[in-house]
Amino acid sequence: MKSILFICALVAFTFIGCKGEHQPQETPAPNKEVKESQNAKGQAFIEDDEATPNVLNIAIGSKDHTTLVAAVQAAELENALVNAGPLMVFAPTNEAFNALPEGTVETLLKPENKEKLAYILKHHVTPGNYSKDFLKKFKKLGQANNEYVSVEVKGDDVYIGGAKILGSVKAGNGIVHVVDKVILPTN
Amino acid sequence: MKKLLNLFFYLIATALLVTSCANTDSKSERSGALNSSAAEKVYVAPGEHDEFYAFISGGFSGQLSVYGLPSGRLFKVIPVFSQDPEKAWGYNEETKPMLNTSHGFIPWDDAHHPDISQTAGEIDGRYVFINANNTPRIAKIDLSTFETTEIIELPNSAGNHSSSFVTENSEYVVAGTRFSVPVPQQDISIKEYKGNFKGALSFISVAPEDGRMDLEFQILMPGFNYDLSHPGRGKSHGWFFFTTYNTEEASTLMEVNSSQNDKDFIAAVNWKKAEEYIKAGKYRTVPANYAHNVYDEHTHTATSTMKKEVKILDPAECPGLVYFLPTPKSPHGCDVDPSGEYIVGNGKLSANLTVHSFTKMMSAIENNKIDGEAYGIPILKFEDVLAGIVEQPGLGPLHTEFDGKGNAYTTFFISSEVVKWKLDTWEVIDRKPTYYSVGHIMIPGGNSAKPFGKYALAMNKITKDRYLPTGPEVTQSAQLYDITGEKMELLLDFPTIGEPHYAAGCPADLIKPRSKKIFKLEENQHKYAAKSEADTKVVREGNEVHIYMTMIRSHFSPDNIEGIKVGDKVYFHVTNLEQDYDVPHGVSMIGANTSELLIMPGQTETFVWYPKQVGVWPFYCTDFCSALHQEMQGYVRVSPKDSDIALSWSLGED
Repeated sequence: MKSILFICALVAFTFIGCKGEHQPQETPAPNKEVKESQNAKGQAFIEDDEATPNVLNIAIGSKDHTTLVAAVQAAELENALVNAGPLMVFAPTNEAFNALPEGTVETLLKPENKEKLAYILKHHVTPGNYSKDFLKKFKKLGQANNEYVSVEVKGDDVYIGGAKILGSVKAGNGIVHVVDKVILPTN
Repeated sequence: MKKLLNLFFYLIATALLVTSCANTDSKSERSGALNSSAAEKVYVAPGEHDEFYAFISGGFSGQLSVYGLPSGRLFKVIPVFSQDPEKAWGYNEETKPMLNTSHGFIPWDDAHHPDISQTAGEIDGRYVFINANNTPRIAKIDLSTFETTEIIELPNSAGNHSSSFVTENSEYVVAGTRFSVPVPQQDISIKEYKGNFKGALSFISVAPEDGRMDLEFQILMPGFNYDLSHPGRGKSHGWFFFTTYNTEEASTLMEVNSSQNDKDFIAAVNWKKAEEYIKAGKYRTVPANYAHNVYDEHTHTATSTMKKEVKILDPAECPGLVYFLPTPKSPHGCDVDPSGEYIVGNGKLSANLTVHSFTKMMSAIENNKIDGEAYGIPILKFEDVLAGIVEQPGLGPLHTEFDGKGNAYTTFFISSEVVKWKLDTWEVIDRKPTYYSVGHIMIPGGNSAKPFGKYALAMNKITKDRYLPTGPEVTQSAQLYDITGEKMELLLDFPTIGEPHYAAGCPADLIKPRSKKIFKLEENQHKYAAKSEADTKVVREGNEVHIYMTMIRSHFSPDNIEGIKVGDKVYFHVTNLEQDYDVPHGVSMIGANTSELLIMPGQTETFVWYPKQVGVWPFYCTDFCSALHQEMQGYVRVSPKDSDIALSWSLGED
């Protein structure tokens, strides 16, 4: 939550900065400008303490998923993750991101790689809501980036695109399966 | 990690700085009323009229609402597959038959896709058609009275979803079944789905002179789900396109089992060919049982007729009737561009939009490039019919409309946005968020050769924080975008009735001059009409009592009635004698187990009252009709069952 507030503050700051150049006489109230900015608008930014946390809330609330959350924010996918869905998110841990070759994450987080990052993240999202047990019925899943991932069962474990499901959290709009690897798309 | 996050925030800040500065350079990119003329663009001054009508379906409310655009003002809610206590629709004796079906009286349905009648490929503003999903029906609303005047039930159908779309001369209103069912219905195991369940596509003719509907024929398709449809137009006039899913023919856990095939189909149906086969007698006549309900404007009364058979065409026996165009992943929306060349399949589980070419389809058919068959229906090759793909435009594509200037507008449910893209080049031009989870989008004239590309109306399923909260159930909404510029501009959002599932829009000038003001009293052929106070009477037939009553500012005639007994069934047949615009009267009787009547000038309506208690009971006018509205009332004396008090009625006698 803190990080979102921080982004909002930045948004406000940058808007004022730009406005200043064009309209030196007027400095609109910062909070009004934040409200009208596209980036901080949408379902992701609704305060709701009553409903079951959605998949984004769960990721944001997890200390093991700070990299994933940062990536979601950089790709501006927040609003897609709070949608009615249903959404099944395979959430790689920070450790999983750390296992990627040196510099990969930093490169992906660069603004010029936003689309690439979004494509990779969407490879971790399925329109659907299935428990780990239920996933054993599938051979493959169609992901939000239009590619497929394999589903493999080894003993009690379920592997999605080679990543093992470590645990699962039910969400208001779907389910989060924590996985031990970043699932890299083929394209 | 902290370092990484810091780096990330720095990058975000830079990105925002760049984008937000770029935005301020472009006027159309600005959002919010402060920075644009949005307020001015939707402001219709008091007394002024809107430029467009929007007929927005009420979804599960079973109604159709009439709004003005660009103001978003609500003018009327038309009951269609619903009972409406405001207008007595479905409550009064005259309209009850409109809701008759083979399953009996069904006072509710799920109304989805309104479509306006067309002449020569352009909307003509005569009728709106709309489908009932649950108990399959198609309704016609007459746009001179804004009332539902005809409802036809569809046999062999279930979940009537790919409906009710009109061909370019309103030759047919077309309806496709979402659920396949045994045809004819029979007592078999659900496990026997494959091969035994069928999907019927219904072609309902519309008589050019009076719009009378008739189920001409059905095409009995394989047991897939037929999701949405659109007619060809221009060069593809004579064809109809249906998206399918569940080509797996699963019958359980559909979210998994109907999503196994990489591609489903768009079914291309040559309905001109179907007409030839019908003419040549290549149909089977099968027994059926379905209701055809017609409201007569002169008798002000509906009749319901049960029809007993339907003509069926089997595509396996009719070469050239149907072709399958492979289309990725459970396509939902099936939309045809104004030229008739492009057929857009919105694969709801695909991240891409697939656009097929009619010209390429015809060429593949002519060159006999067939890539297999399903139940005797030839399958064309994906590559042979593909015009182009819009790559990764958003998440969860549903529906596409066109502005007539070479652009298409597609809604994305999961990413909650409208994306504008270009036909031919398939490039994305603009995207704007919706608040939230958009379903359909409507451009007035969108389903025709001539769209009026000024506004697009996006219809949202979820609003969460957009309006003042009203408990767990909050309104759904429609959002109006100005689409005249390169970039779309959000102008307005407004709450809707029920689920704004889809809408049809029309320039107001096409409808306004034809809108009826009164019903002429001398043309009233209602069986129980009293066309003057001299005609009023009360007639007893056993325990049924018929009151021929009139109303005019500001009294009923008669207004004192005696001789009614407990156990009687009393019909109030009430005629509004006014011949003045916008002077309806209402009537309601204490203890009547029904709604009020709201009767337009020149019209007769009837409600039934069962007097249960001895006494003197009042009735009154429920519509604030005049300065003496509060004086518009009457009494009925109810005597015991065995009483011998004679019937008497009067007005103004002491």
